[in-house]
Amino acid sequence: MSMPFYVAPEQMMKDRADYARKGIARGRALIALQYIDGIALIAENPSNTLRKISEIYDRIAFAGVGKYNEFDQLRVAGVRAADLKGYQFSRLDVDARGLANQYAQILGQTFTHEMKPLEVEILVAEVGLTQEQDQLFHIMYDGTVIDEKQFTVLGGDMEAIRTRLVERFVPQSSLQDAVKFAHQALSLNDQQIESSELEVAVLVRNNSRRCFSRLSETTIIQYLA
Amino acid sequence: MFSFEQDPGANFGELLKRVGLSPFGDSLPVNEILVPHATTCVALRCANGVVMAGDRRATSGNLISHREMEKVVQADQFSGVAIAGAAGPAMEMVKLFQLQIEHYEKVEGQSLSLEGKANQLSMFVRSNLPAAMQGFMVVPIFAGFDTLLNHGRLWNYDATGGRYEEHDFVATGSGMLHAGTVLRMGWKRDMTVDEGVVLTARALWEASVADSATGGPDALRGIYPVIASITSDGFARIDDARLKNTYDEIAKGVGQQ
Repeated sequence: MSMPFYVAPEQMMKDRADYARKGIARGRALIALQYIDGIALIAENPSNTLRKISEIYDRIAFAGVGKYNEFDQLRVAGVRAADLKGYQFSRLDVDARGLANQYAQILGQTFTHEMKPLEVEILVAEVGLTQEQDQLFHIMYDGTVIDEKQFTVLGGDMEAIRTRLVERFVPQSSLQDAVKFAHQALSLNDQQIESSELEVAVLVRNNSRRCFSRLSETTIIQYLA
Repeated sequence: MFSFEQDPGANFGELLKRVGLSPFGDSLPVNEILVPHATTCVALRCANGVVMAGDRRATSGNLISHREMEKVVQADQFSGVAIAGAAGPAMEMVKLFQLQIEHYEKVEGQSLSLEGKANQLSMFVRSNLPAAMQGFMVVPIFAGFDTLLNHGRLWNYDATGGRYEEHDFVATGSGMLHAGTVLRMGWKRDMTVDEGVVLTARALWEASVADSATGGPDALRGIYPVIASITSDGFARIDDARLKNTYDEIAKGVGQQ
C-alpha cells in the first residue's frame, strides 16, 4: 500500500486558494454600484441567455463570476432559501445578510472539506428603503464575506478595474452615468466593450414589490451613446 | 442543496414537500367543522382580454364571517385567480400559486406559459381533494392574457382538479347559477372591457339578490365587489369610485332609487 505524501495544511489551503483564484481570474468581471435610485449591476457577458445577474427576491439580486454551473447552483439555492423563508414567515423577513451568511457557509464548507473549491465569487445585493440601507455583500471562494460600500468589483482583473472605477465613480449619479462608469471601468486597455456584450440589471428603489429588472439592449445602447 | 434524484427543480410545491412544509396531502381528522366559505366569482372574455369579478362576503353557516374578503387576486402580471369555497385552504392555495409562478420564473429565468399556470393550478386543486371530501372544497377560476396568442383565456375547475377552458364566460360558487344566467343573457362576442365590467357587476348583483351567501354592493360601508381587467397592459383593478357609479346606474335601471 502506498502512503500519501504529507502536505502541510498551510500549503494545502494555499494551493486551493491559488486554484480558485486562477479559475475566477480567467472569467470576465462584474461591477455593482449605487446610483441615485438604487443599485446597478453591470457584467461583461457575451451570452444573451446564460445570465450572471439574476433576481433572488423582492429587493435582492444575485451576481456571480467564475464557473457558470457552480454559481448557478448557488443562485438556485438562494432562490429556494429566500422563497421558503418568505413563505414560512413573512416577505419582510427575507434579507441579504441572512442569505450572504448561508452562502458563506456553503462556500467555506466546500473550500475546507471538498477536493476542489468552488471557482466562484458572488455578490448579494439588497436595495434598501433609503440609500443608507442598501447592502452589497461580496462573498469570496473561501467563504469570506466583505460588506462593501458604494460599489464593488468581482472577477477578472479585479484590482485594475477597481482602480479605474474609483477614478470615475460619483455618488448619487443617474443610472445612465452609473452604466457609463462601469462600462469604462470594465473596458481595460481602452478597448471598449461592445454593448451587446454587456449584461445590465437594476434594483430600483420604488414602490413596486419586485425591484429587480433587466435593461434591454436598446436601453444599454442609448445609455452608452 | 439536494441530491440529483431529490432535486425539486423549479417546483415550489415539491420543494415544500422535501423540507416538510407542504400544507396539502394529509387528510384531516375531523368530519365537519364550520369554517368561513367564500362564494360567487365570475369571469368573462372580452375583445382585448378578460374581466374577473368576485363578491366580498364570506359566510360560516348562516353567519357572515367577513364582509371585505378579496376573492379576485392577482397571480402575476398577466393573470389572476378568483376563488370560491373554504376560505382558509383557498387563500393558502392562492398564496402558494403566486409563489409557484414567481419561484418558477426566478429559477428558470423565464415565466411559465399561461397554459402552464392553468395546469399548475389544476394540480393544486387536485391535491386538495382529501380536504374537499371533508367539506373544504376549493373551486377557483383562472383567467389571464396569453401573451403568446395575444388574447384573453379563462379556465374553470372542479374539486378533483378537472380543468376546463371556457371561451365566453364562467361563474363559480354558490351564486353561480344566477350570476351565470346574467352572463349568458348579456355576453356578446368582442365586448369591450368597460362593457365587461358592467356585466360582471350586474351578474354579482343579481346573485346577491337571490343567494344569501353572496354579498351585494354595500354603499353604507363603501364595500364593492373586486373587479379587475387583464389585458396586454396587465392586471388592473377597477377602483371603487367607478364601481359606485356602475351600481348607481344599475340601481336606477331597476327602480330602486
